[in-house]
Amino acid sequence: MTASIDAWPMYRALVGIGVGCGLLIALVYVGTLPHIERQRAAALEQAVFAVLPGSASRRTFVFDAAGTLVADTGSDGSRVHAGYDAAGRLLGVAIEAEGMGYADTIEILYGYVPADERIVGLRVLASKETPGLGDKIETDERYRANFEALDVRLDAAGEALVNPIAVVKPGTKSNAWEIDGITGATISAQAVGNTVAASAARWLPAVRRNREALAAGGQHDES
Amino acid sequence: MSDSGRVLEIDSSPHIRAGHSVDTIMRHVAYALLPATAFAVYVFGLVAAVTIGVAVASCLLAEYFLTRAAGRPATLGDWSVVVTGLIYGLTLPPGLPAWMVALGGFAGVGIGKYLFGGLGYNAFNPALVGRAFLQAAFPVSMTTWLVPLGDGRFWTLPSSTLTLPFATPVYDAVSGATPLAAMKFAGETTATADLVMGLTSGSTGETSAVLLLAGGLYLAARKMLNWRIPLAILATVYLLSALVHTVAPNDYPPPGFMLFSGGLMLGALFMATDMVASPMTARGCVLYGVLIGLLVVVIRLWGGMPEGVMYAILFANAVSPHIDSLVRPRVYGTANRPGSGGSS
Amino acid sequence: MTNPETPSSTNEFMKGLWRENPVFVQVLGMCPVLAVSNTAMNALAMGLATAFVLLMSNLLVSLLRDFIPRQVRIASYILIIATFVTLTDYAIEAISLDLHKALGAFISLIVANCLILGRAEAFASKNGVGNAALDALGMGAGFTLALFCLGAVRELLGAGSLFGFAVLPGGFEPWIVMILPSGGFFTLAFWLIAIRIFERRRERRQTAEALQ
Repeated sequence: MTASIDAWPMYRALVGIGVGCGLLIALVYVGTLPHIERQRAAALEQAVFAVLPGSASRRTFVFDAAGTLVADTGSDGSRVHAGYDAAGRLLGVAIEAEGMGYADTIEILYGYVPADERIVGLRVLASKETPGLGDKIETDERYRANFEALDVRLDAAGEALVNPIAVVKPGTKSNAWEIDGITGATISAQAVGNTVAASAARWLPAVRRNREALAAGGQHDES
Repeated sequence: MSDSGRVLEIDSSPHIRAGHSVDTIMRHVAYALLPATAFAVYVFGLVAAVTIGVAVASCLLAEYFLTRAAGRPATLGDWSVVVTGLIYGLTLPPGLPAWMVALGGFAGVGIGKYLFGGLGYNAFNPALVGRAFLQAAFPVSMTTWLVPLGDGRFWTLPSSTLTLPFATPVYDAVSGATPLAAMKFAGETTATADLVMGLTSGSTGETSAVLLLAGGLYLAARKMLNWRIPLAILATVYLLSALVHTVAPNDYPPPGFMLFSGGLMLGALFMATDMVASPMTARGCVLYGVLIGLLVVVIRLWGGMPEGVMYAILFANAVSPHIDSLVRPRVYGTANRPGSGGSS
Repeated sequence: MTNPETPSSTNEFMKGLWRENPVFVQVLGMCPVLAVSNTAMNALAMGLATAFVLLMSNLLVSLLRDFIPRQVRIASYILIIATFVTLTDYAIEAISLDLHKALGAFISLIVANCLILGRAEAFASKNGVGNAALDALGMGAGFTLALFCLGAVRELLGAGSLFGFAVLPGGFEPWIVMILPSGGFFTLAFWLIAIRIFERRRERRQTAEALQ
């Protein structure tokens, strides 16, 4: 006579614990979500303001199906952030980009000012480059200065850069569209430069096409 | 004291595997390295002598303290540590702060040798472990190179060498790029003749291919070096890079450049042949050499670093017991492969 | 240290802290130990997060030990552990984005830390709530202590700082290897060696005293 296994206590235990745990998770999720979102927004805002000096507010845009930029409602797609000065005038856009570095993907954010057709600032959001060598892309003042006035003029049709961005050997930068490399961190410096170049070639024409939409974002200010 | 011990051992011990005892072989390895060492002192001056001297001294000291701490008989007299220190010193960039040289010597002998059980049990070449430790710890200093044949090199030391212990070194303005780095990052190749002679920037001992080859041939002639390993490595590097160069001559350097640049000669002749960390069977040695050669070419041409000899050898060290068990012949009369017998 | 005369509650706590330290003696949960002990702050945060999950899961498992049938116990334990790991994940992200980024996937991986399931199975399911809590606190403290020991050494040598504050003089050249993954292995090895030597000396002294 085999003891028929009484399944009820098992169901009771698993379902009971499952429901309890689910409720707990839901509760904490709802409780922490506003904090998390506020922190994320603050971190993003700080980064955007850092690469677009002088901006006082920002608004995030994504592409809709038709290829026009619309104000973002919280999606995770490729995003640009328009920065506005205190009067609500469009200062520039901060563009997120990522590319393969020496150790892992490098995520960057750079500020582009359409009026001057220049990149005016760059910030590394995430990188695992070798401390002391590859992380010079974040710490080397001379390298960072490359991105304070990088020439990214678009051609007449507004489709491509007049002078493609190029990373050159350290100390040999002679044009405003060139990036001086870093001694001892050749690969990381090249990676950031190439990431910016690829992203600029893709995004800047789009930004120009959608200038009105971006400028309009400053009128009815952020909530 | 070591002298009398040495003579006795040669006369009396029936050494079955090799015709020579450890200390005879190691002594001759040290002799074989002397020409390259002397040339390093000629090319880089006093600083090379200091670097190599500190390297040997730190390895000897580490050995002394660790054998004492572990309560084992001192193995200072058997020359193996001297050779480790000498090879280690030859792989370092001249001008590396002396305190880093000493630290790496301790790390190499301590981590590479004694954590595994001492002489005869090291899975990896201790000299390379020391160098790998420094490469990971101080990547900037380990990739700052002196220019060869500098003025006044015989009576002055670069300021970086005498950096206070644990302090950040300050380098003199003049620093060179190794031929491999110049190839990788600037697309410039160096004349093969300069490489063969060794008049380029680089580690103290990796520059003169001719003298290293001469030392290797001397050892091979005395049957103190397993010639299969360096031959397999060099042949693989040559053939593979020749193939790649033929397919795309503009993108990849010629095979002569690959053969004579960087630490390949030093690595193939004196580091890959570490008796403990390399395979024991003849076929295993060939496989091991081919593996190192492949890795060297792959790392140099497609990897992130300009030079890959060190990592190629360390990697092959790690798999050498497996290579042995792969090619070990079945013992006659037994049904199964012999078990996982000791690899040392 | 501990001796059989002390009340068992101290004993339950102390065994995790030292005698059966999860890292230095049992060598459990090596993944987070090696991966996120690169700075003192990360190590401490990871240790505390693990200790919190351990405490909560031990409490619940002990409370529910008569309610959970043997056949489904592992599933139930994992459910409980995963819940608290998720809560910790949210809490850390709400407290500090930077810390959350530094610890990365290793917060979620607390669920796979064999230490926690091990204590639930080996101790909490057989003991009362009070002892289970003490056991979790001891083990959690031991785990945190060990992580901190690793993190402090690695940050000190690898960056010359402690909790982000420069401790060593300005000219100090950081040993970058120490904050790389391989540094974790080296540091753990040296801590283990040091503790073995210390323990062996103590045993020898105790034997000598006992003989007299």
